[in-house]
Amino acid sequence: MAIEITMPALSPTMEEGKLAKWLVKEGDTVSSGDVIAEIETDKATMEVEAVDEGTVAKILVEEGSEGVKVNSVIAMLAEDGEDASEISAPGGDAEPAKQDREAEKTDTKPEPKPEPEKETSVEPEKPKALATTQKDGDRIKASPLARRIAAQKGVDLGSVKGSGPHGRIIRKDVEAAEAGAPEKPQAAASPVKPDGLILPQVLDDRIYAPDSYELVPLDGMRKTVAKRLTESFMQVPHFPLEVDIQLDKLLSSRSAINTAAPEGVKVSVNDMLIKASALALMAEPDCNASYTDNGFAYHKSANISVAVAIDGGLITPVIRDAQSKGLREISEEMKDLATRARDRKLKPQEYTGGTFSISNLGMFGIKSFGSIINPPEGMIMSVGAGEKRAVVADDGSIVARTVMSVTLTCDHRVIGGAEGAKWLQAFKRFVETPEAMLL
Amino acid sequence: MSEKYDLIIVGSGPGGYVAAIRASQLGLNTAIVERDALGGVCLNWGCIPTKALLRTAEVYHQMQNASAYGLKADNVSFDLDAVVKRSRQIAGQLSGGVKHLMKKNKITVIEGEGRVVKGGAAPKVIVTGKDGKETTYEPKNVLLATGARARTIPQAGLEPDGKFIWTAKEAMVPDTMPKKLLVIGSGAIGIEFASFYNALGAEVTVVEMMDRILPVEDEEISAMALKSFQKQGMNIITGANVEGVKPDKDQITATIKGKDGKTTSESYDRIVLAIGIVGNVEGLGLEELGVKVDRTHVEVNGFGQTNIKGLHAIGDLTGPPWLAHKASHEGIVCVEKIAGKNPHAFETWNIPGCTYCHPQIASVGLTEAKAKEAGHKVKVGKFPFIGNGKAIALGEPEGLIKTVFDEKTGELLGAHMIGAEVTELIQGYVVARQGELTEAELMETVFPHPTLSEMMHESVLDAYGRVVHM
Repeated sequence: MAIEITMPALSPTMEEGKLAKWLVKEGDTVSSGDVIAEIETDKATMEVEAVDEGTVAKILVEEGSEGVKVNSVIAMLAEDGEDASEISAPGGDAEPAKQDREAEKTDTKPEPKPEPEKETSVEPEKPKALATTQKDGDRIKASPLARRIAAQKGVDLGSVKGSGPHGRIIRKDVEAAEAGAPEKPQAAASPVKPDGLILPQVLDDRIYAPDSYELVPLDGMRKTVAKRLTESFMQVPHFPLEVDIQLDKLLSSRSAINTAAPEGVKVSVNDMLIKASALALMAEPDCNASYTDNGFAYHKSANISVAVAIDGGLITPVIRDAQSKGLREISEEMKDLATRARDRKLKPQEYTGGTFSISNLGMFGIKSFGSIINPPEGMIMSVGAGEKRAVVADDGSIVARTVMSVTLTCDHRVIGGAEGAKWLQAFKRFVETPEAMLL
Repeated sequence: MSEKYDLIIVGSGPGGYVAAIRASQLGLNTAIVERDALGGVCLNWGCIPTKALLRTAEVYHQMQNASAYGLKADNVSFDLDAVVKRSRQIAGQLSGGVKHLMKKNKITVIEGEGRVVKGGAAPKVIVTGKDGKETTYEPKNVLLATGARARTIPQAGLEPDGKFIWTAKEAMVPDTMPKKLLVIGSGAIGIEFASFYNALGAEVTVVEMMDRILPVEDEEISAMALKSFQKQGMNIITGANVEGVKPDKDQITATIKGKDGKTTSESYDRIVLAIGIVGNVEGLGLEELGVKVDRTHVEVNGFGQTNIKGLHAIGDLTGPPWLAHKASHEGIVCVEKIAGKNPHAFETWNIPGCTYCHPQIASVGLTEAKAKEAGHKVKVGKFPFIGNGKAIALGEPEGLIKTVFDEKTGELLGAHMIGAEVTELIQGYVVARQGELTEAELMETVFPHPTLSEMMHESVLDAYGRVVHM
């Protein structure tokens, strides 16, 4: 029997992805564990390993294809002794996948006229049925009970994504599709189209002639960043709080720590701010929170997302349980995550699950700025440059101190002004009295 | 230094050892900690040895009825020691089988008592060996599968006393054949022991607190079971409590408060306690680690994750249903999640339950009453054993197969069976439910003749007014 190789789900929310690269060609022999392809999701590029061994008989989805649905067949493998040339694609050929790709291309073209009202909702595009089932509606894989309930409730099975084995649609899926929205907020992290934004984002040909600019198509990451930031800025009632913090003691502690540290360990100011944030979250647990429709979720660990600008976008690797990690551990982990983030090699679990974010533009000399909340996190802190400023000391004299301005942006649905302010006090205390971090 | 394990499992019952094998299949370097014999209660002191005893009871019962089959068997009797020996030998054989499976799957077996203490990404595991020596391990993940034991009520004297009062464990290796036996509790465990000792000739009384025996089963099934047990000579008292016990020299007296509030006292040779179970949460270091425990059960999510990072729990330790196959399934889901797979969260809606008394009882899903309570309009089908050729040929005309469908969707909400071999039949309905078949597919399916399974077909047909053989 020929073995079907299917598009893997690299994260629980992944619905489709781009087949970035084939590392094998038809006729190649592969064995279990061989890397055969690279898949690009909204956030990362990951390798696909062969599970079985055999000869690659057919490659059904071309390199570079976007929007390849999870679980659709991407290649066929001939087992030992099987004639690779005899093997054909399941249920016809790969046309549907190609069509998907075509559709994707057209979608990204600038359209002159605004789209109709109903298409402008923020709901992600409904996933189409699997490639193997799309040609005739009869072949959608669904349980008899799911079919009957779908018929009774008027749910179109073609628009339902199956969660059963091999993408089979089961009762729960139909019920979820009928209930509609409740499950969707989760899907916000899944690939979306730019037209998921509320206003049509296209350039008018009459004003900007198409040959007057270069259009770079959106990749998964850019789409996600656009959608999530728009959602966050428009849907989360946010407010900023700003405070100045003296850095002199932290800087001298840092050089003392680095002098004492073994070869190869070099703690950065940012590492120390991560630690101080985590401890402040533990000191003010009301601020380590997410707003949800079901209630306020108070997180037990301080998982600090750190915004890292990378070529082609932005990603926020997470330092988990930062409250219980030492500076050295944070420093090493951060270095590793940032390096792999730039190579787009982060695993989904390494850039999700944060409870608080830090964005630092101090290295560019920015004095202060405000960031957009990274939902469902309740707060994000923007760190400006540490610079010498004239400060009025307690005795009235004017002295030079290294000062940085930080701006905390809070989700007002879950965090009040006083709570945010108390958090900043705690954070300031840790930074200005770094010894307190040792307690 | 100890080896670096991806996963250490504490407890080698059907939850722990199955999880270990799955972990090994997924490439995790796995060790399993066991303080007693491999296989846990299930293999050594539960499911398997009791089935060995009940098989003896069944064969003995058939020998006594030999004439009904045209056979002659005179002076039929039994040798209690040999009966128990067979049961123990089977348990030993299977425990050895688990040992072999561990070896085959390259799973390290660590003998001793395990407990957890605070660690880094996951708690550390400290194992105290038989020699009292402690070894500390720092695995990437820990899975607790320490199971449960019989519930006792020491305040009322209801705990094993080394003589008169047994839990399942003592009742499995009787020192003597009691003439008069009191069984407290009529769940699966109580009823199985009542059935065994009744078949071997003891005068058995069963006391149940609820208003019916086998209270988790469908009411109709409970009622049929009651009638059958009474016919076999069991004395069954429902809605009653054992208020206290008082041991004498040769017997033990139990004070039973009946439904009407009156108390009576009666002397018995032995008492079997089957009043539920409690999770083995003690001595594991859970409190110090801050693990959330609800009474004696560790709180977990659908993937067996506790509130402590890297610490997981499955099986009887995490709560009902207290069944070996539930523990195994939970273990597999938990380990697949640890290995980064994407399993469905564990759910209890399709876990069958079996009781190996005579007649056998098996069920899955909602009872008729529970289905109505949940707001379903139901269609109910019933087919009795007396209408089935194979049942008559077997000499087992007693029993019933009942199915409950949702009238609107045709979903098989539940199935309830009593009669010969129903524990082997129930799986057909479990598969149908998992595959979400409706009445239509079940009616279209061809069932082989002559088999007991034809009754499963007829029961479905009956729910829709199409029964053939009635």
